Amino acid sequence: MSREKEKAVIVSQERLAEGIFSMWLKLRGAEKAVPGQFISMYTRDESKLLPRPISICEIGKDRESLRVVYRVTGTGTGTEQFSQMKAGEEISVIAPLGNGFPLEEAVGKRVFLVGGGIGVPPILELSKKIVCKEKQIIVGYRDSETFLKKEFEKNGKVYISTEDGSLGTKGNVLDAIRENGLHADVIYACGPMPMLKALKQYAQEKRLPCYISLEERMACGIGACLGCVCRSVSKDSHSNVNNKRICKDGPVFLASEVDI
Amino acid sequence: MNMRVEIAGVEWKNPVTVASGTFGSGAEFEEFVDLNRLGAVTTKGVANIPWEGNPTPRVAETYGGMMNAVGLQNPGIELFCERDIPFLKQYDTRIVVNVCGKSEEDYCEVAERLADEPVDMLEINISCPNVKEGGIAFGQNPKAAEEITKAVKRYAKQPVIMKLSPNVTSIAEMAKAVEAGGADAVSLINTITGMKIDVHRRRFILANKTGGVSGPAIHPIAVRMVYEAAHAVKIPVIGMGGIAGAEDAVEMILAGASAVSVGTMNFHNPMITMEIVDGIESYMKRYGFESIADMVGIVE
Repeated sequence: MSREKEKAVIVSQERLAEGIFSMWLKLRGAEKAVPGQFISMYTRDESKLLPRPISICEIGKDRESLRVVYRVTGTGTGTEQFSQMKAGEEISVIAPLGNGFPLEEAVGKRVFLVGGGIGVPPILELSKKIVCKEKQIIVGYRDSETFLKKEFEKNGKVYISTEDGSLGTKGNVLDAIRENGLHADVIYACGPMPMLKALKQYAQEKRLPCYISLEERMACGIGACLGCVCRSVSKDSHSNVNNKRICKDGPVFLASEVDI
Repeated sequence: MNMRVEIAGVEWKNPVTVASGTFGSGAEFEEFVDLNRLGAVTTKGVANIPWEGNPTPRVAETYGGMMNAVGLQNPGIELFCERDIPFLKQYDTRIVVNVCGKSEEDYCEVAERLADEPVDMLEINISCPNVKEGGIAFGQNPKAAEEITKAVKRYAKQPVIMKLSPNVTSIAEMAKAVEAGGADAVSLINTITGMKIDVHRRRFILANKTGGVSGPAIHPIAVRMVYEAAHAVKIPVIGMGGIAGAEDAVEMILAGASAVSVGTMNFHNPMITMEIVDGIESYMKRYGFESIADMVGIVE
């Protein structure tokens, strides 16, 4: 026994964009967190039993706090309840969970750090921690509500794509990569499945390693229930079949290892 | 006062185990729970060969509960014996191995393979609603349930617990059938088949369309069925279904369960099993019960 479901204290709560909220939490679990991991957040509503897996956006320099940037997924949802909580209130969490991005793969290389939609937040801490030759941050948004853009600009060269063309390249992150003539030796990404599929194909064509963070509906978040599996290209040593657990074996995978 | 219980000749230090499939093989909960504190660990169902399970999404939240259609993904009995049994043997707790299969031969092959392994009991899953063949096919027909029990009993060296489905007209009849087949105990309830539709996208939430509903929302149904089963058979009943705290566990025991399994709530609070053990002890002290046996089925 070395871990626990703990009570985190909300340090701040802020609305960043339409339906996008940012919360700083003070919690013991922050000590061991690395970029790319997630936390399980529990509502106080006993009719909602399962934790919401939310990616870590930033790790406090004090190692005592974490920032999560999350999307409210609808009326009456757990994430809506999170968004209504205030500084000073307590929230139950298990943190940190899963495996982060492999930072060592970036040393001396040109990298793409790619985020799309609600996959943008975990790329922020990654952009702060990664040490590489050339840091190219490509972030894709729906419209001009480009949350976290200013923070990214402090950590590297930022390229924006928006679906409606209101800012940066009109289209998706790959359109931004092509329009700006960008090149990389390794890719790190988090975002919607179509974006990850496109990046996986791009990386295959260019023969680049591509690390992607996946998501799936989860129940336990700790590798027990087998709810959140993804298909793996070869037989997984734990499951003994071609399934990997996103919560425990991921959420970050080498794109060539998973069948997406 | 003590919390020991005897289930089909096997002594547990307390009446609390976990519902199969909610606790992996125990390894995933080791960081959160002192496994030595559990009466038994009931493992995720294992078949004769590895199973890939169903496509995702496999899980969904429901009001006061959840649905799952994992489809009994498992690594197969060989890897289970190599890796999971030695892991659990490090702890002072009973090992209940949940067994799944698609045919009578599958179940018997696993029971035979486990005969000389250091496990304490077998729990035979004839009630999974999420696989097309086997499983539930044996669990909804009394004659088939009796036959599969008889077949497994021919190979099993350990006591056999038959895990029953609530998706039947008469749970009493099913309990009697497996008792007639030679079952040493019954456990119930497995999940209740349900369905959930995303009205905005107009499609099923689970890839399997249907899934098993579990969690506190189904607890009263489970208590009623435990009561009915306990009154129908002489063999011990292990009660489960939405246990969310010590009082729910006690309720099951008062209805006739000799032991209880905690399932879905392990996902809400991975430390809950230990809290329930403590809570049952407090309840016994508060009301002066000397043993669990003194509480079993006393609400008539």
